[in-house]
Amino acid sequence: MQINNTTEFRPKIVAFCCNWCSYAGADLAGNNRLSYPADIKIIRVPCSCRVNPTFILRAFQRGADGVILCGCHPGDCHYTSGNYYTRRRMTLLFSMMNYLGIEKERTRVEWVSAAEGAKFAAVMQDFAQTVAALGESKRLEDLRCKQ
Amino acid sequence: MQRIGVFVCWCGSNIAATVDVQRVADAVRSEPGVVFSVDYQYMCSQAGQSMIVDAVKEHQLTGLVICSCSPRMHESTFRKTAQLAGINPYMVEIANIREQCSWVHKDIFIGTQKAITLAKAAIAKVNLNTPLTSGESKVTKRALVIGGGIAGIQSALDIADAGFPVDLVEKEATIGGKMAQLDKTFPTLDCAACILTPKMVDVAQHENIRIISHAQVEEVGGFVGNFHVKIRKKARFVDESICTGCGLCTEKCPQKKVPNAFNLNMDHHRAIYIPFAQAVPKVAIIDPDYCSMLKNGKCGVCAKVCSVGAIDYQQKDEIIEEDYGAIVTATGYNPISLEKYDEYAYSLSKDVITSLEFERLTNAAGPTQGHLIRPSDGKQPHTIVFVQCVGSRCAANAEKGKEYCSKICCMYTAKHAMLVRDKYPDTEVYVFYIDVRTPGKSFDEFYRRAVEEYGVHYIKGMVGKVIPEGNTLKVQASDLLMNKQLHIDADLVVLAAAIEPDRSARPLATMLTASMDTNDFFTEAHPKLRPVESPTAGIFLSGTCQGPKDIPETVSQASAAAAKVIGLLCKNTLKGNPCVAVSDEMMCNGCSSCANVCPYGAITYESKEFRMPDRTTRMRRVAKVNPAVCQGCGCCTVACPSGAMDLDGFKNQQIMAEVDAICK
Ligand SMILES: Cc1cc2nc3c(=O)[nH]c(=O)nc-3n(C[C@H](O)[C@H](O)[C@H](O)COP(=O)(O)OP(=O)(O)OC[C@H]3O[C@@H](n4cnc5c(N)ncnc54)[C@H](O)[C@@H]3O)c2cc1C
Repeated sequence: MQINNTTEFRPKIVAFCCNWCSYAGADLAGNNRLSYPADIKIIRVPCSCRVNPTFILRAFQRGADGVILCGCHPGDCHYTSGNYYTRRRMTLLFSMMNYLGIEKERTRVEWVSAAEGAKFAAVMQDFAQTVAALGESKRLEDLRCKQ
Repeated sequence: MQRIGVFVCWCGSNIAATVDVQRVADAVRSEPGVVFSVDYQYMCSQAGQSMIVDAVKEHQLTGLVICSCSPRMHESTFRKTAQLAGINPYMVEIANIREQCSWVHKDIFIGTQKAITLAKAAIAKVNLNTPLTSGESKVTKRALVIGGGIAGIQSALDIADAGFPVDLVEKEATIGGKMAQLDKTFPTLDCAACILTPKMVDVAQHENIRIISHAQVEEVGGFVGNFHVKIRKKARFVDESICTGCGLCTEKCPQKKVPNAFNLNMDHHRAIYIPFAQAVPKVAIIDPDYCSMLKNGKCGVCAKVCSVGAIDYQQKDEIIEEDYGAIVTATGYNPISLEKYDEYAYSLSKDVITSLEFERLTNAAGPTQGHLIRPSDGKQPHTIVFVQCVGSRCAANAEKGKEYCSKICCMYTAKHAMLVRDKYPDTEVYVFYIDVRTPGKSFDEFYRRAVEEYGVHYIKGMVGKVIPEGNTLKVQASDLLMNKQLHIDADLVVLAAAIEPDRSARPLATMLTASMDTNDFFTEAHPKLRPVESPTAGIFLSGTCQGPKDIPETVSQASAAAAKVIGLLCKNTLKGNPCVAVSDEMMCNGCSSCANVCPYGAITYESKEFRMPDRTTRMRRVAKVNPAVCQGCGCCTVACPSGAMDLDGFKNQQIMAEVDAICK
């Protein structure tokens, strides 16, 4: 058993995945044993449009270093139009967060279909690397929540 | 306070090899609400499930967390287990520690840490779960089949035979699809019309089937068991209920120069025509682009000769609205356009044809009455070159062509080669191939007969160029096995064009919210275990719209889809998804933001009387969600400015609890 060097910085990353495309894409990555960093923790939501901006702010407040949102490709939303709302909402939210000092690279929206296991793994690999390179995110973190 | 039991599955070694399951069970024992925690080899087995039932009884559990494979796999299994144990099925949450943990992280330390975090997130969520009950909705006992090729025909017949009414919508003037255009069919070489047209007649005569031809689906609403569909039946300018199909008008019409699409434009029909002799419905149709009566009000010959008065120049499109319990897509395929394939001179020479055109040329009912002649000069060809994989199996980033194998071309090319050698034994036939792929019952034997008995020259290699020169087609090719260049003077070149889904399938998929792959084939709910269902409940897949297939495979899938439809229509009611939006009327101010984003129109408003603190009452407009219509996407919850809207099963508080647990 290999014990990892615990002093190395490991980012905390929340990934919101829609049930129909991206969560299934993540499952497919698993089926095909395509690995990506364990820093990624997935929360299942019915549709990417279920993700309230407050969930993302909450994550950063609680010490997340990056948040990624995955949904069906535009035009393929299981609920026809949910991902279009996501795209608009997140564009606004991410630019506001950038203004508040959360680097743009820490937040991302990606479209991953149920058939794109390889894309899922590649996106997560890349995102985890990007966030790790930026280091800890302390801008919005509420230290009172640390206990 | 919840009493939660945590069950950690080993999944044999699938999880246990890279996650220390015992440590996971230990680590969550002190989490808030957890009163019991255990690990076991196969949680989904009979023994595993009874372990859960026993634990619920023994520890008076109110919520369950199963750390196992994906909820897409076994969520419903464990919900049933919960119900068996006497607790609400929605008090179960799954921590996906297989697909999203043990299978993707090789290091047991890291895997175990992540599994613990995922388990804690699920526990945090279950702490806030509330019992939910599914609403019931009625099932409309009628099916819609879209596309009237052999796939749609077979599905419609099977469903109708089981006693359910079926509407079969076909965009062309007749049903039959591509199979109606074929000559003989592999592997038995029986004539396509002989086996297809009796089935078409069965459809026409079936008391449970209504054919809606020359029509398209325009709008789809509703959900499984209760689809509401709007169909536009386009004007054919002939009253279908009166026309006897005698065909007199199609002989008398003076406009003779209308390209005959059924014969792939290789000959002409009149402006009023019946697509082919065995068309169903056998009713004439007027092409408004060519009819001079419709274009400039002069002529009227067809109306004069029609003895039953079926011609109706004033006919308008008709909108048919109907409810269906299930929908079958059977929209089929088309050969790709070969416009971009200049190297094969398809658009330069009339004697370079597609395989489907070849089918019409050898068909006794085709433009040449079955005489295989060159379209350019009507002479009989003596050397024929068949080119396989035209546009199939291309590189992923190629600018033209498809990445996939079209599957049927190897077999039909062998068929064509054999038919030529059979009818015209002195013709030289060459087939250029990349690989010959003939899996299937009696398929390889069939291909070998072409080579061994019929003396067809099979050459491994691709054709580089076809150059029309005078009366001949100069074919330049390479023979990979002999490692040499070949030059063949051919009289006819036949291209086995790749097949692709019908263009109308993509907009249809959008209407149905059914997903498609990158090639626009419909995707199945599970590639192995649910191959005839779309991931969207109530939508079923039949035939080549799901992927390339020959007729035997198309028919099997069509019947399989029909069996699934019958299974659904046999039910009187369906349990709905209880994870729907709910509005807190105390917080709602009736602003309509939620209704504006709802894709289903599930939100309405009502005026309600509220008591104010000063004991007066006031009327206020508040949102109301129809749980039978809401599909639970949650879009409204984010649009709501006052925070009145929430989604059962995925409440704001629940998701935030998961976020907190992960970020801890
Ligand atoms: C040259 C050639 C030779 C072949 N020879 C053989 C053979 O010998 N043996 C064999 O087993 N197979 C053969 N095949 C394969 C065979 O043609 C297919 O397997 C079969 O036709 C598939 O049937 P289908 O119903 O899925 O599709 P189709 O035949 O394409 O039928 C689809 C139908 O749906 C209609 N439609 C499409 N979109 C819509 C819409 N939006 N709304 C309403 N209607 C719509 C179309 O008009 C069409 O009528 C051959 C194929 C080719 C190209």
